[in-house]
Amino acid sequence: MTLLELESVTAFYGPVQVLDAVSLSVPEGGAVGILGANGAGKTTTLRAISGTVRAGGRIMFDGVDIRGKRPEQVAAMGVAHVPEGRGSFGALTVRENLRIGAYLRRDRKGVESDIELLLELFPNLRDRYKAHASSMSGGEQQMLAVARAFMAKPRLLLLDEASLGLAPSTATTVYDAIAKLRRESGIAMLVVEQNANLAFHIVDSATVLETGRNVLTGTSAELKGMDEVRRAYLGG
Amino acid sequence: MGQFIQLVIDGLSNGSIYAVLALAIVLVNQATGMVNFAQGGMAVLAAYLTWWMTEHGLPLLLAILLSVLVSFVVGGLLERFVIRRFERGDPDTAVVVTIGLLTLITGICGWLWSYNNKQFPSLFSLHTVNIFGAAVSFRSIGTFLVIVAIMLALQALFLGTRFGLALRAVAINPDSAALSGLPVGRLLMAGWGLAAALGAVAGALVAPQLTLTPGMMDEALVYALAAVILGGLSSPIGVVLAAWMIGVLENLAAVYVDFIGHDLSVAVPFFLIFVVLIVRPQGLFGRKAVVRV
Repeated sequence: MTLLELESVTAFYGPVQVLDAVSLSVPEGGAVGILGANGAGKTTTLRAISGTVRAGGRIMFDGVDIRGKRPEQVAAMGVAHVPEGRGSFGALTVRENLRIGAYLRRDRKGVESDIELLLELFPNLRDRYKAHASSMSGGEQQMLAVARAFMAKPRLLLLDEASLGLAPSTATTVYDAIAKLRRESGIAMLVVEQNANLAFHIVDSATVLETGRNVLTGTSAELKGMDEVRRAYLGG
Repeated sequence: MGQFIQLVIDGLSNGSIYAVLALAIVLVNQATGMVNFAQGGMAVLAAYLTWWMTEHGLPLLLAILLSVLVSFVVGGLLERFVIRRFERGDPDTAVVVTIGLLTLITGICGWLWSYNNKQFPSLFSLHTVNIFGAAVSFRSIGTFLVIVAIMLALQALFLGTRFGLALRAVAINPDSAALSGLPVGRLLMAGWGLAAALGAVAGALVAPQLTLTPGMMDEALVYALAAVILGGLSSPIGVVLAAWMIGVLENLAAVYVDFIGHDLSVAVPFFLIFVVLIVRPQGLFGRKAVVRV
């Protein structure tokens, strides 16, 4: 059962065409990666899905065309986007950030027990529970951003470069936690990552973008075996 | 001693005027991230509306309530159709736009109702009671109590409710707030609407004391901004305490410090700000912004 399906999606920033024709599909409960160099259109693809850039083509989520919907409408349908740069609310505490993530939920008890669950998974957040997000380190803020998205109980998580600006060991910690969340929750994921090794921690399959179009698509095992992928994205 | 207490109480009474305007400024800032210089003008417009309704035979309390409602709607529409064009741009531009609005609204009031003073009916009795040898009017006491109530309500709104949390989140990071499903546009409108409604209350409270003119709030706005800086932009309780402090110190300095007198007393709050900000740049009660890079 396909949860998300992109068909020949296009997008422009002013006169510059960033997405030429991007197609991909994420099955219910599956995890798909988007790999590629800087400027290939990875982030824009996620933004087209969450409604933060205007796009052409078809974007079907759970059988509904969500292209052209506003970000809050897409969020309400069950899509949570962890944006590039983490999107933290700097002057809010960790707890308040998590409550904002759960804004659309009405089950108070469920929200509290999910906060507890995430604090268990990210012990750093428990230590900084009453601190402002702006006072935390990059790794802690990334964990907070992932936790905030999970608080929405989404059906699909869009994850944009969770490793950006993090020390390698911190990035691995973050990805291990995401992998664990995925195992426990079964939430489908679309993962943008420059560091393909990290992405393969989580995803079952991936597509490689170059200048706004798909150039390669395959399962993780297939892609890892390809010389060109190894050279370009796996460091050897 | 009687004179001292009288000065303190009159100072608290003046400070209350600054406080209620300062609270509206804090409300808009917490809800939209902006500083609205038109806040005083909007309060004056609401006061004229109230006055106009009482002139047409409506009871004062009903007129105030209607004016508060109208202000809420007008504030929301102002955000939607004017301010929104500037919210995402240069913050300096947005500030200049609000200053332009202040001038425009003052002009509209003068054009519609002339620049002559109007007698605005008081919500509270002008009778006085004797407190430690000082004469205190019920009006001062009433104003004081209403402001304390508003202050506590705002503090509770921002720190204790889901709605208040959503308002703050939208002000801090509107893009990220939309990704979490917050209706950003409606929340911004609500923030401006609430601040305008609060301004209407402010106008009705201070108009009897200042007498109604288009420029009624101009001086109070300067003191209110001083209170906002002194108390800390994020703290309703902080700005009210700062406003009272300014009112009292200004009064005391005018009488007890010879070279200041009544002419220089306007400089007192600003000297105070100068001294305080050297020691505590975040204001007396504001939270220090700590940013790790």
